[in-house]
Amino acid sequence: MDNETRQNVGRITRVNGPIVEACDMERAGMLEVVEVGELRLIGEVIRVRGKGLATVQVYENTSGLHPGEPVYCTGRPLSVRLGPGLLGTIYDGIQRPLERLAEASGAMLKRGDKSESLDVERRWSFKPLLKVGDEVCGGTVYGEVQETLSVLHRVMVEPGVSGRIVSLVEAGEYTGEETLCVVEQADGRRRELTMFTHWPLRRPRPVRERQALTRPLLTGLRVVDAFFPIAKGGASAIPGGFGTGKTMTQQALAKWSDADIIVYIGCGERGNEMTEVLREFPELQDPRTGRSLMERTILIANTSNMPVAAREVSIYTGITLAEYYRDMGYDVAVMADSTSRWAEALRELSGRLEEMPADEGFPAYLPARLASFYERAGSVETLNGRTGSVSVIGAVSPPGGDFSEPVTQHTSRFIRCFWALDRDLANARHYPAISWTNSYSEYLVEVADWWRQKDSDWQRHRDLLMETLQEEVALQRIAKLIGPDALPDHQRLVLMVADYIKNAFLQQNSFDDVDMYCSPEKQTWMMRMLATFITKSQALIKKGATLSDISAIGSLPRLLRMKSEVRNDDGAAMAALEQTVSSELDALEGKLRG
Amino acid sequence: MNYAGLEYSGVRNIDGPLVFIDGIRGVAYDELVEITTPGGEVRLGQVLDVTASTAVVQVFGGTDSLAQSGTRSRFLGTSLEIPVSKSMLGRVFDGLGRPKDGLPAPLTSQRRDVNGTPVNPYAREYPRDFIQTGISSIDLMNTLVRGQKLPIFSGNGLPHNRMAAQIARQAKLLNEDVEFAIVFAAMGVKHDVARFFIDSFERSGVLHNVAMFLSLADDPSVERLITPRSALTLAEHLAFDEGMHVLVIITDMSNYCEALREIATARGEIPSRKGYPGYLYSDLASMYERAGRLRGQSGSITQMPILTMPSDDISHPIPDLTGYITEGQIVLERDMFQRGIYPPVAGLPSLSRLMKDGIGKGRTRDDHPHVASQLFAAYSRVKDIRSLANVVGEEELSAVDKLYLKFGEAFESRVVSQGEYENRSIEETLSIGWDVLRVLPRAELLRLSEEELKTYYDQPISIKDVEA
Repeated sequence: MDNETRQNVGRITRVNGPIVEACDMERAGMLEVVEVGELRLIGEVIRVRGKGLATVQVYENTSGLHPGEPVYCTGRPLSVRLGPGLLGTIYDGIQRPLERLAEASGAMLKRGDKSESLDVERRWSFKPLLKVGDEVCGGTVYGEVQETLSVLHRVMVEPGVSGRIVSLVEAGEYTGEETLCVVEQADGRRRELTMFTHWPLRRPRPVRERQALTRPLLTGLRVVDAFFPIAKGGASAIPGGFGTGKTMTQQALAKWSDADIIVYIGCGERGNEMTEVLREFPELQDPRTGRSLMERTILIANTSNMPVAAREVSIYTGITLAEYYRDMGYDVAVMADSTSRWAEALRELSGRLEEMPADEGFPAYLPARLASFYERAGSVETLNGRTGSVSVIGAVSPPGGDFSEPVTQHTSRFIRCFWALDRDLANARHYPAISWTNSYSEYLVEVADWWRQKDSDWQRHRDLLMETLQEEVALQRIAKLIGPDALPDHQRLVLMVADYIKNAFLQQNSFDDVDMYCSPEKQTWMMRMLATFITKSQALIKKGATLSDISAIGSLPRLLRMKSEVRNDDGAAMAALEQTVSSELDALEGKLRG
Repeated sequence: MNYAGLEYSGVRNIDGPLVFIDGIRGVAYDELVEITTPGGEVRLGQVLDVTASTAVVQVFGGTDSLAQSGTRSRFLGTSLEIPVSKSMLGRVFDGLGRPKDGLPAPLTSQRRDVNGTPVNPYAREYPRDFIQTGISSIDLMNTLVRGQKLPIFSGNGLPHNRMAAQIARQAKLLNEDVEFAIVFAAMGVKHDVARFFIDSFERSGVLHNVAMFLSLADDPSVERLITPRSALTLAEHLAFDEGMHVLVIITDMSNYCEALREIATARGEIPSRKGYPGYLYSDLASMYERAGRLRGQSGSITQMPILTMPSDDISHPIPDLTGYITEGQIVLERDMFQRGIYPPVAGLPSLSRLMKDGIGKGRTRDDHPHVASQLFAAYSRVKDIRSLANVVGEEELSAVDKLYLKFGEAFESRVVSQGEYENRSIEETLSIGWDVLRVLPRAELLRLSEEELKTYYDQPISIKDVEA
């Protein structure tokens, strides 16, 4: 062993779960990757102290490690590998490809398994877009690869590199590690560019400028799109106790939202949920491209029984991948399920480091870490002048369903859209169980213009439906005391139509082939149908109609089943039903007058 | 250099279940330790924290009669392993897998680390084979599938044991006649509870198919931390090496969590909620996640942990964190139990997350998902109307609301309530479901399709006296 390498090897002095202390680590930098023990388990330096002592958090089970074993420094920060081949892949928290690991070492995860994140053998059909002599800088797209049939992968110059192209390959088949392009920088140094690159996962990728958020991220879920919309580049939280449908909602968003790329992070959750996505997504069709949903999806799975330190990095791995596709000019949506498990990983590691706890044992830096994660969401002008966005949707699992706990509270400071899941709705199997009394979206104002272009009355309809629901909440309180039959007819009408809004509009059946996804056109139509029905029946009651007159309207059952019986693109059926309902209400009015 | 097998004399500190041993060399994290008391008794322990000179060891047999001098310890160079073999079915073991039935240790060369290794999520097979338990409130409303982890949330004095025994007795797949092997783990429960299960297995003639791991109320509490892991280690062998379908019943998880809290406190760890350690979630997950199926393998592990909720509080950390990991929960309700309903399965808070893919067309019956959804919706309405009726009186309710009350009664007495030895087929259960729905007017049944209503609702009632 020469002098150089010897200096880069430390010795373990203590093992305490995923936290390992080592000595002789003078050369090790903060946040540097190290390989721990004879098995060379992946770890990261998280604290450096006097006399060459370093604390390392290890991303694999440390069972069997003992003091005295070596710790190898690598000199590089924890990074993700970027390049074509990411889409359709399932990774663990530190970007090891789980499919290849399963092929190599079987159903159980072995320790110290090293496998390349991206397939280095595979050849990609690369097409250059520039020529020798062109000036490039970080982010410039110099070629492209058809990564999947629905996604074109733009091959970019790494951030930080700029200069003149001195050589560029012809169109053809290349592997990820072959040099495609050589750039001569202003200082005369030459940089060789390959399809595969690295990026340190704790550092946000640079952009030219952040933009205002004005485009809605369409989700196909009516309660979200109509009542609590999220903008492309926005950040949203879904808090809810167990069994209220966080994962179901996240999965529905991953399936139907109109993002170009989905990064789904299963962080400290169930293994079977990831299996479900793996089984289901390849069979589902993207409503816009007609291609399999898996072609636009990347999965990060660090299930609850996998090492806790890797759970902590999994969300950074996910968001870095998202930023990479954003830089190509795509709209990316990141689903993090669940950020509470991530926060608990922080708490566990912090406890092992014997740090002073703040709220409920969580470390004092919890809010800062949450902020730095959610701030990586945004709609941006990329370094190459394109528009791209990263939207972040984080599930929160508050203990006992109590929203006053630290993770929910701190999260709500850094997001602008809050979809509170309601236990009572979930118990009644009203899904999505997003409460219309406790949820909010600050993006509503920003995306309203977009909706008004679809239907100029959109805002009015939305407000009417929302007011009806809020009025119902107030009336229910009285009805609980005196019984609903004691209320005057116009108030009982509110109770009745609020029920229709809940059942016919808000409740959405994710197992129904028609209802699982609702197009914007169908949504605006449904809102118009309900708004018209409400306005007209209120007028009828004033003119002396009774509630039973209104509930006896022949087309009412069809109105109430419109979500599943009228297809998204069936304009004719929509017009016909609208006509029927309208004329029946008018006929009733005629009868009253006559 | 290999230091395994070296014996050290004396310990520095003894603190609750922990001992601190100084002057050690080459001791590994998680390593197994054999500790000999001054009186010559041998106990097992495990390394929880190790530095170059000191090891912190948790002692499974308890630390009583250990002393600073005279205590000897030997580090064994391996982590805790138990023997595994098919011949362990029909036997009784302690929490560490040592025979407790007076028979010799099982003849096998196969040993497995009790902590297991996490399953690669890619290698899992999504569970979707319907298990018929013969209990309507489960089969119809909270369906169990093969490879699921579905706990029973109960309270002291509620009939969770009888129910678990009934499930173990009746569980079967629809089109297949395969027997379940049962692995039973008991932590901190009383002897008579263990006796009840043994008798129940014996009477139904499955005892030869059951392996039991018992760490009862009078055994050292630290042993409870290993008991469920030993049971799951054997279950994994049976399922994934022998290709069997294994049902694992674990009772009572609350006692397990208390043992964990005891260790955490003794180590001076920073507590999170109610004194339980911050890693309770990860720790529970390391056991619950050992259920499921694997791609290309025929075996499966279905887990049914039982836990008693302290003062029936579902938001207590133990049921709360469990509910976040398991695929649903069967909640028992004291109110129903006191009204004489068995099994007292609470209608609304109970849930099976894997139900959606295990039922319906080609699995149970086409209308099953919609019937279940309609029953949930209607029963949730019943709860609202009942609380309204408490205020305004039943007389003041509207005609439809009165029908809902009638529906609620029928639902509880016909669907939920059944005999401890009554084994209902899924067809039978579904037709009871429809009978009960018929109490409600057709227009209320928005979650059922027109076609389903025609086929089932408009048919004559099969059991006449529902309304009476």
